[in-house]
Formats: sequence, C-alpha cells, structure tokens
Amino acid sequence: MDVVTTTKTGARPSWAGRRPPTPAWVGTVPFFAYVGVFLLWPTGIVVVDALKNPNGAWAFSNISELGNPLVRGYFIGSLKLCLLSSVTGAVLGAILAYAVASGDPDGTVRRLYIAVSGVLAQFGGVTLAFAFLVTIGPVGLLFHASWYFDFPWGIGLIYTYFQIPLMVLVFLPAVDGLKVQWREASENLGASAWQYWRYVGAPLLAPAFLGATLLLFANALSAFATIEAWESQIAYIVPQQISTALSSEVGLSNVNVADLLALGMVILVAIVMTGYALLQRRAARWLR
Amino acid sequence: MAAVTALNESATAASAGRTRGMQAGRRRRLNVFRYVVFTVFGLFFLVPLLAMLRFSLEGATLGTWSLTAWRQIASYQNSGIPPLLSSIEITLELAVITSVVVLVLLVPTMVWVRLRVQWLARTIEFLCLLPLTIPAIVLVVGLGEIYNKIRHFSLSALMLFWVYVILALPYAYRALAAGLTAIDVTTLSEAARSLGASWFTVIVRVIAPNMRAAILNALLLTAALVLGEFTIAYLLLYTNLQVELYSISRTTPNASVLFSASLAALLFAFVLLLILAYAGRRRRGRG
Repeated sequence: MDVVTTTKTGARPSWAGRRPPTPAWVGTVPFFAYVGVFLLWPTGIVVVDALKNPNGAWAFSNISELGNPLVRGYFIGSLKLCLLSSVTGAVLGAILAYAVASGDPDGTVRRLYIAVSGVLAQFGGVTLAFAFLVTIGPVGLLFHASWYFDFPWGIGLIYTYFQIPLMVLVFLPAVDGLKVQWREASENLGASAWQYWRYVGAPLLAPAFLGATLLLFANALSAFATIEAWESQIAYIVPQQISTALSSEVGLSNVNVADLLALGMVILVAIVMTGYALLQRRAARWLR
Repeated sequence: MAAVTALNESATAASAGRTRGMQAGRRRRLNVFRYVVFTVFGLFFLVPLLAMLRFSLEGATLGTWSLTAWRQIASYQNSGIPPLLSSIEITLELAVITSVVVLVLLVPTMVWVRLRVQWLARTIEFLCLLPLTIPAIVLVVGLGEIYNKIRHFSLSALMLFWVYVILALPYAYRALAAGLTAIDVTTLSEAARSLGASWFTVIVRVIAPNMRAAILNALLLTAALVLGEFTIAYLLLYTNLQVELYSISRTTPNASVLFSASLAALLFAFVLLLILAYAGRRRRGRG
C-alpha cells in the first residue's frame, strides 16, 4: 500500500499541490463533436447506405451497380464535362497567369486581376447560368449560339468562366516561382525562346500545371447549381442524377441510388485529390 | 596594347548593345502579348455581366430602359414561392449566424491546439480541409436523416447554418491559420497567464484582438460563401436567395428582377471581397 502511494506521487511531482488537471484535449471536444455530427456522420451514412439495400440488409453487390450502363452514363457525362472545362480552363488560365506574372509585381493590373479572380472563381451558382443565358443563349445580346443547350459544349463554356479565374489563383505562385536567372542562364547558353520553354520552363511548370488541372477537375465535378439552372429537365451528370434520385426513388431497384452515386463521387474525388496532393508535393520541391 | 583594350571595349559595348536590343524587342512582343491577353479575357469576363446589367434595366417593352427591376427587388412576389425580400433576409441572417458560429467554434479550438495540444494540430487541419474534397451534393445525401431530426425542433431555414459552418471550415481555417502563424501566441498567452488571466481572457481579450485581420478575412469569406450557396438549401427544400432566384427563373424565365437581384448579390459579394483584399494589403504594408 505504501509503495503504491510513493510511486503515485513520484510519478507526477510537477502536479504537487495543485488539483489534478483535466487533460488539455478536452478543450477540443466541441470542435470534434460538431465536425463529427455534421461532416463525418453524414459521410458515414452515405457510405453505409450505399452498401445496403432499402430493407436495411448489407448488400455489397451494390458496388457492381456502378458498372450499370445507366449509372455509367452519368459518370461519363460528368467526366466529359469535367475534362472539357478543366483542360480548357487550365490552358487559358495558365496563359492569363503568365501574362499577369510577367508584369509589374505591384502593378494595378496584377492586383485587379487577382482580386477579380478571387470573386469570379466563387461566382458559380445559378446567377452564372443567367448571365450566359442573356449573353449567348436564345435571348442573348451578343449572339444566339445554336449550341448553347448542347452538352457538354454550352455548359462547358459556362464552366470556364469560373475555372479560368481559379486556375489563375492556383497557378500564379508557380509562374512567379520561375526565376529570371534561369531564363538569363539559358539565354547566355544560346537557347531560343522556344528552347527555353521546351527544356526549362515547361518541365518546371508541368507538375504544378497538372496538379492545378486536377483541382479544376474536382471543382467541376462537385459543381451543381450552374448546370441545374442551365438545364433542369435532363440529367447529364452525376450531381443532377443524385438530385433526381433524392426527390424520387426510381430507377435501379434494390439500391439506394442517391447513396450509391454519392459514394462513386467520393471515390472519384478521392482519387483526383490524391493525385493533386502528390503533384503539389512534387511541384513544391523547387517552388521555395 | 591600347588598341587591344579599345577593341575589347568596343566589342563588349557592341555585344551589350545587341543583347539590350534583343531584350527590348522581346519586351515589346511580350507587352503586345499581355495587352492582347488582358483585352480578350477582360471582355470574356465583362460581357456576361454587362448583358445581365442590360437585362436588369429592360423596360416593359423591348429596347427601353427602366429602373423597375431594381425597385422590384424589395417587392417582388410570385405565386407559390415566398417573397423575394424574405429570402434575402434569411440569406443575410444565415451569413451572420454562420460566420459567428464558425469563429466561436474555430478560434478557441485553434488557439488551444496551438498552445496545449500540438499533437492534434494535423488532425484538426485535416478535418477542416476535408469539406473541400467532399462535394456538397454528397454531404446533402447523408444530411437528409440529420435534418429530419432537426425539423422536429425547428422548421426555419435558419437551421441551414449547421451545415454551412462545415462548408465554411476550410476557408475560415486557412484565413485563421495564416493569422495565428503571424503572431507569437505562446509568448502572449504566457504573459497573460502569468498576470493571472483566465484562459477565456487569454483567447478573447489577448489573442483574438491581435489577429483582427485574419478574423475579418474568415468572416468575409464565410459570408460570401453563404450568399452564393444553392445546392444544400435546394436539396433540403429550404428557400434561400439562390433557391428563390432559381424558382423565379423556372416560373418566369426572363423576369428582369432575376438579373437585378443577381447583380445586387454579386455586387454585395464583390464589396465584401474587396474589403478583404484591402484589409489584407494593409496588413502586408504594416508587416
């Protein structure tokens, strides 16, 4: 008995004379509780329900429904739209980022473009669809594009409106990281502008560029408001079909369609974002 | 000897002149490229907004000008959907509630983690950035059950703030993390503690005032996000501003109030983010 007491006091001499403190991590409990209830729980529900049939029994075979032609169609639609808008957005955004970066680092143009990019990258939503409707849609002021309601061209163009500014924001640090000395060194060695870009600039920027493209891809994947306001009658992409499935459980029998589609999206986003993280790490090697 | 020197000098001068000439040429071409790019992209971004502006000023007959649509923002009502003004109110209230809850949840937690539970820092960061990778449309599928429970207590659209806080976490976290690294949290809190301050005083009256700019950033980003949110409100069957605009566009596709209200919301968000850009610049200037 004596021995036990000694070891106890010996184990925590610094607490002598104070009341035993509550562990410090208790202070973070509200945060974890909140995130647990409103982020982790719903995500968990999606995963679990996707693997159950409507009667509540486990049905791992649901996963194979992701290969169902109907379901596959929506994923192909999503991929088409995301590829089109992310590649176009990335290329055009990179050009704009280069134009911004090559100017005066404290200039008005640069500051304006960064501030406006910050706003426009967030400017998705139903408003954007209205804006394009009155520009090139059937009532357009500029012209009436016959392909405005074509998938993925019409909506792809609308998506570039927020993809380009996002690319500028994400890619600008990489372009800024290109050192003048590298350009000068290659010039001193007799390289032409094309050779500089082919052998120095492009390889250096490639990881950052690909990473940013993946981020744009994920951004387009989860966008829903704009396409819903553009055309709400036909479901082209996964989020639209999730929305339809939520309001009416029709289609595949024995499967919680919305949950299954949502699970498919989570898997897709996870793959894309892992790629993004890896490429960012690769790009960070010379960015500092 | 003198001739050689002269020769050398003139050779260097000539080559220097040549490179400078080349650079000037390239700079000219670069400038042409930049102006072309800025003009083309500027038009691409500006024209849709101008088209919206024109439609918002459309009079009763085509081609006339009138301010009716802008006045209608306060009075517009359509059968079957709540009046426009009420959804604007709801959205603004949501923006305020969400930003306050985000701050109350995040600031003490982040300060506490930095001071006392460093080993949780990576977990907190991961959880805060997680909503960036979980699309809102996925979240909403799982939220159905949770919101069914919430509806037992309140039917108000203000209940959306619970999930909006989650959506705002990544942006608020990054803004606050930037502010926290800029100040010496440990020294400040040790000084305050040794003078007898409670932890509450340390966080609210010592550390928070020192990261005012970061808190403002987090506040504005959260508000801007709430103003533009559509997916979750729409699928949980609540009406906020974006859902309202969507419903109006379904019933009366070319109502000019759509464009005036959209532009007003956009301008409001733009002002918020400009304040943010201005505050950020001033902070950099001081530091």
